[in-house]
Amino acid sequence: MDARLHRRRKVANGLGLAVSAASMALGLAALAWILATLLWNGLSSFGPDLFLRATPAPGTEGGGLSNAIAGSLMMVTAATLVSTPIGILAGMYLAEFGARSKFAAATRFVTDIMLSAPSIVVGLFVYAIAVATVQHFSGWAGTLALSLIALPVVVRTTENMLALVPGSLREAAFALGAPRWKVSVAVALRAVRGGVVTGVLLAVARITGETAPLLFTALNNQFFSLDMSRPMANLPVVIYNFAMSPYENWQRLAWGGAALIALVVLGINIVARTLFRDRVRA
Amino acid sequence: MSTAAQTAPAPAIRVENLSFFYGRFQGLRDVSLDIARNRVTAFIGPSGCGKSTLLRTFNRMFDLYPNQRAEGRILINDRNILDASVDVNLLRARVGMVFQKPTPFPMTIFENIAFGVRLYERLSAAAMRERVEWALRKAALWEEVGDKLDRSGLSLSGGQQQRLCIARMVAVKPEVLLLDEPTSALDPISTAKIEELVNELKSEYTIAIVTHNMQQAARISDYTAYMYLGELIESGSTDEIFIKPRKKATEDYITGRFG
Repeated sequence: MDARLHRRRKVANGLGLAVSAASMALGLAALAWILATLLWNGLSSFGPDLFLRATPAPGTEGGGLSNAIAGSLMMVTAATLVSTPIGILAGMYLAEFGARSKFAAATRFVTDIMLSAPSIVVGLFVYAIAVATVQHFSGWAGTLALSLIALPVVVRTTENMLALVPGSLREAAFALGAPRWKVSVAVALRAVRGGVVTGVLLAVARITGETAPLLFTALNNQFFSLDMSRPMANLPVVIYNFAMSPYENWQRLAWGGAALIALVVLGINIVARTLFRDRVRA
Repeated sequence: MSTAAQTAPAPAIRVENLSFFYGRFQGLRDVSLDIARNRVTAFIGPSGCGKSTLLRTFNRMFDLYPNQRAEGRILINDRNILDASVDVNLLRARVGMVFQKPTPFPMTIFENIAFGVRLYERLSAAAMRERVEWALRKAALWEEVGDKLDRSGLSLSGGQQQRLCIARMVAVKPEVLLLDEPTSALDPISTAKIEELVNELKSEYTIAIVTHNMQQAARISDYTAYMYLGELIESGSTDEIFIKPRKKATEDYITGRFG
């Protein structure tokens, strides 16, 4: 054995390990810093009022974010209900049926563009087709914008997950005489359902914090409202407005909202990862 | 065909002048042979000789891949199954297949078996339970899993998974069983169990098995076909092929001088 070569490898190995560990520490430190700042500034405004009272008028004390929380919940839920079935079906089409067709290739290309399109572009687009035409902002327009952002995420994760299903599993189902759709739905999709659910959850996490597409679509609403056809309060836009305001109470609520969103997104991500890990182990 | 084949019952599968193409590559060259009913026929030969390719024509598995095609005739019950008018799903329900690697579906043991049955039969819950038990008994798996049918099929050991796949195939009540190297991913004890199973199943089913293991072919088959480079070199009763092959190439392969 060449002792010098061995020593050199050990040094290179040590260096590599040190650099990657340092990078990880840097990334983790940034994340910890963000979370700590959010919780430090935001937790003080946590309390029943935050969830039960609507946003306060400028310059007044008290109030909460109930209208923004309800608005965000409604629009994110509606957008998820719209984009999940469409996204899963489109992903299945791409992975199972349209492997070689031009239409599928075009769909895949457009989906990739949508995936990387700046969300403000999506917001402007929806403004043009669903706000400017009816002359008022609405929760539905916000839902549409969020759906368009979630959709490509669901399509691509579904397709990528289905691509992981081994050909042998599909062949085994075909060998029993199962028709193609049955193989796709009952065997292939079922085999990766954990991954597909993860994709949906990650899409939900993504749209929960989106601000730009809601700025010109749902806008905001100072009062508690469950009417999706009218302007609707939502956490990201309220945070944006309140954080920039000169009022201390508003700034405090903005921190509270930001901490709330961060915790919700963190929670969704943890659930998604846990689900996916279980699937892989099985 | 050999003299042994002439005394056997009418063939379950008759292959006539079969050629097979992967795109431009020819995987099978003018293969003709009979596969005897209710007997075990083993296909042996070195890797890439076309034995799996041949097996996969019997249930038209190759139909899944657009640039693969077969020419010639394969007669099952006097019907040419390569004919475009044949319903491949029905064909595959009649000609079952088990693969090299166990492929349990991501569902419970019970559902793994019920899945195939439900495709072509409407059974009451009680009849389905009966069918599942019957199939698991056929596959010699009931003793081991009878009390945990609601566990995931993926929780079983490799050998159990492969027997689950056999149970799943048998549950659909096919006439022909195609086994594509069913034991090559298994340990010796699981292999012995599968071989025993093949021996029991052959009284009711026509079985075609591809194997890399010549001892296995000798142990479990009644007829053996030796293939090389896409051609059928020799076929006949297993005793004849292993003890007194007619062709030098077969003898060289069997005795391990080649391959």
